[in-house]
Amino acid sequence: MDALLLSRIQFGFTIGFHILFPTLTIGLAWFLVCFEAAWRRTQRAYWLELYRFWVKIFALTFGMGVVSGLVLSYEIGTNFSRFSDLAGPVLGPLLSVEVLTAFFVEAGFLGIMLFGWDKVGPRLHFLASLLVALGTTNSAFWVLSANSFMHTPQGAEWINGQLVPTDWWAVVFNPSFPYRLTHMLLASSITASLVVAGGSAWCLWKDVYRGAGLAGLRTAITVLAIAAPLQIVVGDFHGLNVREHQPIKVAAMEGLWHTTRGAPLLVFAIPDQKAQQNHFEIAVPKLASLILSHDLDGEIQGLGSVPPEMQPPVLPVFFGFRVMAGLGFLFLLLGAWGVWRWVGGKLEQDRLMLRAFVVATPLGFIATLAGWIVAETGRQPWLVHGLIRTHEGVSDIPAASVATSLTIFVLVYGLLLIAYLYYVFKLVQTGPSLPTIHPEVMRGARPAELTQDPPSVGVKENL
Amino acid sequence: MDLTLVLAGVIVFGVGAYVILDGFDLGVGILFPLMPDEDTRDTAIACIAPIWDGNETWLILGGIVLFAAFPLAYAIALPAFYVPIMTLLFALIFRGVAFEFRVKAKATRHWWNRAFSVGSTVAAFSQGLLLGGLLEGVKIQGRQFAGGPFDWLTPFSIVVGVGVVGGYALLGATWLNLKTEGELQGFAKRAATRALLVSLLVLTVVSIYTPLKFPAIAERWFGGTHWLSLSPVPIATAVVAISLYREIRNQAHYAPFFYAIALFALGYIGIGISLWPHIVPPSLTVHAAAAPETSQRFVLVALAFSLPMVMIYTAYAYWVFRGKVKPGASYAH
Repeated sequence: MDALLLSRIQFGFTIGFHILFPTLTIGLAWFLVCFEAAWRRTQRAYWLELYRFWVKIFALTFGMGVVSGLVLSYEIGTNFSRFSDLAGPVLGPLLSVEVLTAFFVEAGFLGIMLFGWDKVGPRLHFLASLLVALGTTNSAFWVLSANSFMHTPQGAEWINGQLVPTDWWAVVFNPSFPYRLTHMLLASSITASLVVAGGSAWCLWKDVYRGAGLAGLRTAITVLAIAAPLQIVVGDFHGLNVREHQPIKVAAMEGLWHTTRGAPLLVFAIPDQKAQQNHFEIAVPKLASLILSHDLDGEIQGLGSVPPEMQPPVLPVFFGFRVMAGLGFLFLLLGAWGVWRWVGGKLEQDRLMLRAFVVATPLGFIATLAGWIVAETGRQPWLVHGLIRTHEGVSDIPAASVATSLTIFVLVYGLLLIAYLYYVFKLVQTGPSLPTIHPEVMRGARPAELTQDPPSVGVKENL
Repeated sequence: MDLTLVLAGVIVFGVGAYVILDGFDLGVGILFPLMPDEDTRDTAIACIAPIWDGNETWLILGGIVLFAAFPLAYAIALPAFYVPIMTLLFALIFRGVAFEFRVKAKATRHWWNRAFSVGSTVAAFSQGLLLGGLLEGVKIQGRQFAGGPFDWLTPFSIVVGVGVVGGYALLGATWLNLKTEGELQGFAKRAATRALLVSLLVLTVVSIYTPLKFPAIAERWFGGTHWLSLSPVPIATAVVAISLYREIRNQAHYAPFFYAIALFALGYIGIGISLWPHIVPPSLTVHAAAAPETSQRFVLVALAFSLPMVMIYTAYAYWVFRGKVKPGASYAH
């Protein structure tokens, strides 16, 4: 394998690993804001239990996101140095703003959020939680803007061999950006809601921490029931946008080899790129045209309209899309199921639903990862669509260096993922344990004013 | 106004902030295995747990602003230092997750202790390799790095690596001296003296070796009347080093840390004087690597708004966690 292919595998692997963690923390940060707000308003112990429990998962996940994210800010230069030179004037400033307005905010206030309960007042603590949530979301804004530029570049032109911005507004708000940002934020909300729902359903299933479990499940169902249908609508708009700007990516998603009017939707097929055709097709007539052009006889451009070397790898795009979209509809059903049982007052009685939520815990991650594979593999062979080819961006470094670092990344990240999951499971087993701080502290009293009473908050509600 | 100079100043500031801030918490990690017992280790971690993440963010800022404002330097230097950069990243990964995993582990705790201390030490050492390799120069052809994967590996870069480990240990020891009392503080004082000796030794080696090896650096420091106008740098370094040593002996709590920062600042200024106007020596200058003006403007506007805010709330976070950390203080959340 050459340095190009190895660098691509390494970048794909490291960014794919990284995205798992922010996907959860962006959504979970807002759950924490809700829990803390509810605790402040109602003073009910289970809201605090929820906060204290999920903030541990949040800290662990955030730490994983920080260390795997740091890698990316240097890997662009180490492995794609020509690309850094060509596109640095556009992408560098966008990512700089991300660091300045998001990473620092998150890092600065995370310490207060995690360790500051008895150092700052309750209002300031809440503000810290809120700023961390705003920071994570703002980070998504800038990273998605930079990434969307690579799909639908505008507002820049070639000057002296570099891509130079001529209109920053056009660069930041490039055509696919609004759709892709919304799509990602919703994916994050859904992923976090499935994780919170899974943990809460587990408590109710095991009949422990009933108060926290019920409150957590209700919050998660609310988010899921809003975000899942919205995601399908946004996904549809996003699809129209991709068809307009990257028609060949859409053709790969649909497994459509020839430009067709009234194109069918393939429920299943095995695309064969060599033969430029599909095997074992199961098709619904005209549905693809209806979805993509909102017209039964709309014309959909086929992969064959460009030479094979200008086509993306069809197999991962085709299947990634099916996994993502299939799970998207499953999330819709799960949300509806939860709402139905909630309205009927049977949230705790429906054991099958509780089990379904537990099983669905990791599905948001899988859907998000599948979606990113569709988006980024579908961008090939372009690094910046229509402007820079992927092979033009790679560093001139020996394949052996990249092979070594890739091997270490696989080993280290494998180890980290195992450790992460192990400690998450350990936390889940311990449950929302007793806070180590006195409840009065959280109501704003200073440590000196406290009596010697043992902590009373967080005692299991069902005891 | 020359925007390129302003942005070069920002990178100098950002890297400097990183070196000092992450320097002291990497230093705590370097000293970690030498500490008396597990209790003092817990206290030492509690001294840096709430702030390390913010400290490391300066490294991301340095890398990304280099990418934005000097993309050509980023594109040449990063592949040139592929091996030490990857080593640095792997080391920082282990160091970072150890904060989270260590408290939750029981049977495997000593493994995460090791991940933390080895990660911190290797991270410091690879930063020294980077600095040493950069001082030795990078082979450039056209707009790309044209050397081999191990060009940076020289006896000199290894010495600089040891120096950075010693220097960070000095920062870490003086930070612990400031933040703790009792047994751990006693350890910190002893460690600070030794780390100071290592740092000064390497500083001397660098100061002698670089002008001997590189005529341009010799000319910069000793040509014409330069030796006179630049003489405040070595004189101030000597004064700071002696004061630092005396303050440790005098049992001062705060002064050693700030003298250690001053020592780093002076070493850093010295390196800057040797390299200027090059961003990647021996041939790529700051101006040749600069991004187009529209990119510079965008970054500068963002910096002008956010950097003061960053500094204010970073200072606030330090203020919240001010004061001595008592033994047994929990840093679990």
